[in-house]
Amino acid sequence: MTPFRPVLFAAIAATGALLLSSCATNEISQPGDSSQELSGELNGSGATSQASASDAWIAAFQLANKSVTINYSPEGSGAGRKAFMSGGVSYAGSDSALSDEELAGEFAACVPGTKAIDLPVYISPIALIFNIDGVSKLNLDAATIAKIFKGEITTWDDPAIVALNPGTELPSATITAVHRSDDSGTTKNFADYLNKVAPEVWTAKPADAFPYTGGEAAQGTTGVIDAVTSGKNTIGYADASKAGSLSTAAVKVGDKFVEYSAAAAAAVVEGSPLVQGREASDIAIALDRNTTDPAHYPLVLVSYLIVCQEYADPAAGALVKAYAGYVASPAGQIEAAKSAGAAPLSAELSARVAAAIATIK
Amino acid sequence: MTSTSKTTPVLRAKSRPADRIFSGSTLAAGVLILTALAAVAVFLIAQSIPALVANPEELPTSPSSFWEYVAPLAFGTVWAAALALLMALPVSLGIALFISHYAPRRIAQVLGYIVDLLAAVPSVVFGLWGIKVLAPFVQPFYAWLVDNFGWIPLFTPPVSGTGRTILTVAIVLAVMVLPIITAVCREVFLQTPRLHEEAALALGATRWEMIHTAVLPFGMPGIISAAMLGLGRALGETMVVAMVLSPAMVIHFVLTGSANPPTIAGNIALNFPEAHGVGVNALIATGLILFIITLIVNSAARVVINRRKAFSGANG
Repeated sequence: MTPFRPVLFAAIAATGALLLSSCATNEISQPGDSSQELSGELNGSGATSQASASDAWIAAFQLANKSVTINYSPEGSGAGRKAFMSGGVSYAGSDSALSDEELAGEFAACVPGTKAIDLPVYISPIALIFNIDGVSKLNLDAATIAKIFKGEITTWDDPAIVALNPGTELPSATITAVHRSDDSGTTKNFADYLNKVAPEVWTAKPADAFPYTGGEAAQGTTGVIDAVTSGKNTIGYADASKAGSLSTAAVKVGDKFVEYSAAAAAAVVEGSPLVQGREASDIAIALDRNTTDPAHYPLVLVSYLIVCQEYADPAAGALVKAYAGYVASPAGQIEAAKSAGAAPLSAELSARVAAAIATIK
Repeated sequence: MTSTSKTTPVLRAKSRPADRIFSGSTLAAGVLILTALAAVAVFLIAQSIPALVANPEELPTSPSSFWEYVAPLAFGTVWAAALALLMALPVSLGIALFISHYAPRRIAQVLGYIVDLLAAVPSVVFGLWGIKVLAPFVQPFYAWLVDNFGWIPLFTPPVSGTGRTILTVAIVLAVMVLPIITAVCREVFLQTPRLHEEAALALGATRWEMIHTAVLPFGMPGIISAAMLGLGRALGETMVVAMVLSPAMVIHFVLTGSANPPTIAGNIALNFPEAHGVGVNALIATGLILFIITLIVNSAARVVINRRKAFSGANG
């Protein structure tokens, strides 16, 4: 009997784990519209950036609508959009809005001939975190940031940095710039900001992978934060919500230096124009990275829900409508801020998204 | 006599159900492992083909060909594993010899247990240790090496500010493969024929000379097998590399810089979650390359072992 004991043991452990995990529930307020009884299953797929917010939304939504099951698999923005277009899932989460080419194609889940729409639901400011002995405030502009991450500026007392930080004693130490080693929407938005504001320095096309070979790479947001924290004279970029006690650099906007804040991040999204030539209910935002309004913090990531304007399956349409409605509502946005550190949509944008959701059929 | 032996049937044990079940289950186990290997190979090849025939522009990092994409990965994999083996093998041999020939019985036993225990530590724990403890600890040494020996191509400046380099990864990998190599070597050394050892001692050899002339030649095939087992683990190790290494798509031998050649397994772990389309196939294709590298390494080891056997004195 002795040789079989480990198997028995493993079986007991596995059963225990299942029991424990199935007990875990979250206490949440009353989201969704409880007047009409919703039921069914809804599948979504897409960006990992909104995964933790998505978990919280789904938990809250399912608690209010007991017979609804929503599954969101965070497989990446590209995979999510592709699965949505081929009809594999009913909605997609994506760090970028649908491109014009994608919109020209067919959407299998929608009524033939109708299009999909983009709904911005998740705003996450990206912070520039740094760890320099004796320095707690740092001002940078896009060109300098680009040069630091490309490896063209290699020491902290470089004249370009000193000029931006009068009165700050900067060490002559070598800069260690930390970027993501895995593909990430954070990298893409960071690169997009540098590419838009300092195109003569950051010439690479924004993509999920970091384009240059200089600097240090680390896995995931936590990896970057860890490398910046444990290294010396380091700088990196990461979701602002995870920055913790690290110092964050202020970014030059117009003539002022702006520290990141949830309000400033939401403000730049609201202040940005929409992508032209889309349906009225399509809220694809052309982020104004070159904003000069010091109330704006342009280094943000906007993640969308991509849904059909008109669903071929009315039941799926009703579910998506209710779920998206909750996500974009103030309650849903506060939930995302609480669970994932997102910046809640401004009231005006939230209302605009709600109006767009009302047109979903 | 001959006629009787022809007529008597060959003696066979009566086949009992228990025997049949046992032999059947061992056969099934043997077939299963081959089937699993074949299934993996078929999966890898089938899934790799789209990446191999795709327009290279669509691959991650848009290289000019698939081989340009895979070259730094293959190089990094072999380089990191080789460094790890280089560090682990001498230490393992020392531990194994100490346990088998030098240490008092009781200490040897305790030490053996401790080394085996090291093999039970999950790789994610080694990864955390690498990031949180080892990398910050070795960074000043790297800085010193680069400052003083920067002219050696291995330590070309600039130095990594966090210590998360391929050398750090190799050190963690070395610690991880240590128990396997040590355990196998220890068992092999204990198998050395007592007569060989006593003969060497009787001829006036010191203990070191006895080990040198009797134990090591006898154990050579075992040492090589042990090294290959360790190398196999180092080549395929994923978690530690993904967590600790600071990768960039480069090929060079610098040990202390920020831009290190990535490894295949680590690269798959990092980029699979966000991969889509032909990117997934490209990652699986790199997995196929790793599969092939491992096969080549193991076959080479087999050849060496078989050749050594002839004159190691092990068969005497």
